[in-house]
Amino acid sequence: MMTFYGYRRPDGRIGVRNHVLILPASVCASDCARQIAQSVEGAISFSNQQGCSQVAPDQQLTMDVMAGYAANPNIYGTIVVSLGCENCQMDLVVAAIQERTNKPLKQFIIQEVGGTIKTVEAASRCAREMVQEASLLQKEEFPISELIVGTECGGSDPTSGLAANPVIGEMSDLLVKAGGTSILSETAEFIGAEHILARRASSPAVHDRIYEICENFEKHFQNVGEDVRAGNPSPGNKAGGITTLEEKSLGCIHKGGHSPVNAVYDYAKQVGSKEGLVIMDTPGNDPASVAAMVAGGAQVIVFSSGRGSPVGHPIAPVVKITGNKLTFAAMEDNIDFSAAPLIYGEKSLEELGESLLQMVVDTANGKQTKAEALGFNEVAIARVCNYV
Amino acid sequence: MRNAMIIDAKDNVAVAIEPIAKGEQAVYLCAGKEVSLPVLEDITIYHKLATRNIAKGEPVVKYGEHIGAATTDIPAGAHVHVHNVESVKEDRRSKE
Repeated sequence: MMTFYGYRRPDGRIGVRNHVLILPASVCASDCARQIAQSVEGAISFSNQQGCSQVAPDQQLTMDVMAGYAANPNIYGTIVVSLGCENCQMDLVVAAIQERTNKPLKQFIIQEVGGTIKTVEAASRCAREMVQEASLLQKEEFPISELIVGTECGGSDPTSGLAANPVIGEMSDLLVKAGGTSILSETAEFIGAEHILARRASSPAVHDRIYEICENFEKHFQNVGEDVRAGNPSPGNKAGGITTLEEKSLGCIHKGGHSPVNAVYDYAKQVGSKEGLVIMDTPGNDPASVAAMVAGGAQVIVFSSGRGSPVGHPIAPVVKITGNKLTFAAMEDNIDFSAAPLIYGEKSLEELGESLLQMVVDTANGKQTKAEALGFNEVAIARVCNYV
Repeated sequence: MRNAMIIDAKDNVAVAIEPIAKGEQAVYLCAGKEVSLPVLEDITIYHKLATRNIAKGEPVVKYGEHIGAATTDIPAGAHVHVHNVESVKEDRRSKE
C-alpha cells in the first residue's frame, strides 16, 4: 500500500502542507493581506480580485472559493482580512468557512481596526502566533486514499492529448484503484467529448448532469452573443497544431483515465474523499479552474502543458507535466515531468503513470514542485456577469 | 524512421512527431504495419496530415472521433489545420 506523510486536521482531513492563510475577503483587502503574509514566514496570501459589487451567483462563487481555501487541508488556520464595507461581509465569510471546517480562524476588519498599518501590525502578530502553533504539528503516515488530486491542462498542444494527458489518466486510474479521489475539470474542454464521459457515468443522474453542464456552458456565451469556440482553442493551441475545440476536448478528457465518473460537482464545492473519479464544472481558464479544485479540497494539482505553463498555486503544490520534448528542453525550469518518451516508444504508459504517481506522493511528502520553489501563486476566480 | 503516428484505426489524419519537409515520406504504423506516404507540404512537428483523400464536408477523424469537417477537398499528404477544417457542433447524445 502506498502511503504519504501528512498533517491531520481537527476536521478529519489530511493536509500535505501546513500554511497559515491570510484570506482577503475582497479586492480592497488584498494589499493589506499581502503585507501581513510578507511579514510572517509560513503565512501565505493571494490577490483576490472579487468580493464586492458582484451579482448574487458571482458572489456565491467567490464565497465558495474563499471558504474552500480556508477549509483546504493544506491550511493549518486562517486569518480573514476584510475592508468592512464589501458585499462579502466578514460574518458571511466566517459562517461559510465554519460550515466547512473547525480549524483555527481569526478575523480583522480594516475599517474597524483603524486603517491598514494598524491592521497589518495586529494581524501579523496573530499570524506569527498561528504559524508557531502550526509548527508544533508532527506529520503522520496515511494511505494515498486520503489524497484528492485535481487534474488540469493549460497551454495545450497535440502532445497533451497524445502523451501528457494519457499519463495523467493512468496516474488517476492508479489513485482511484488505491481508493483516492481524482478531479477532472474544465467543462469548456468536455465539449465534443461529452458522450465519452457520459458513457462512463456511474448513474443516470451523473450521465445527464455531464450533458447539462456542457449545454449550460455553451448557452452562457450565446446569451451574450458570443461563441465559446471564438476564444478556444487559443492562438497558442492553434500554433501548436490543435485545430478545433472538439480536438482539444478529445485530448483533454484523457486526464480522467478510464475510471467510471462517480459525481459532478459545481464550481468550488466541497469534494468528498475516497470518491474515485469525479468531475468539477469549471471554465477552461487554468487559474480559475485550479482555484475551484483547491477550494474543493485538492491537496495536489497535476497540470499538463504542451506549450509550457509556469502557473502555480499558493495553497496546493502544482506538478507540471508536458508531452512535448521541445517544450521540456526549453522550459525545464518550469516543468517537473516529461511524458514525451510515450510518443517515441521509449517508455510505456504504465511505467510513466507509475512514475507520475510517485512524483505526486513525493510532492505530498513535502518535495517542492518547480512552481512552488519559484513562489508562483496565481489565483483567478470564475464569474458569470459584469460588476454591478 | 517513424516520424508520424495515428491514434485510432478509424482516423483519417496522422500526427507528425518530427518535422516533415515537403516531398519527404511520412512513416507511421497502421494496424501493426509500417506505412509510407509522401507529404505535399512542410508539416510542423505535432501538426496533422491527411492519410487519405478527405472530400469537402467529410468529417476529419482523430482519436477515432469527429474533430470537425473539411472545408475543401484535402488530398492525402496535405497539412490538415484551421485553413481547411471547421468545428461542427454535433448531437453527441446520438453517438454514445
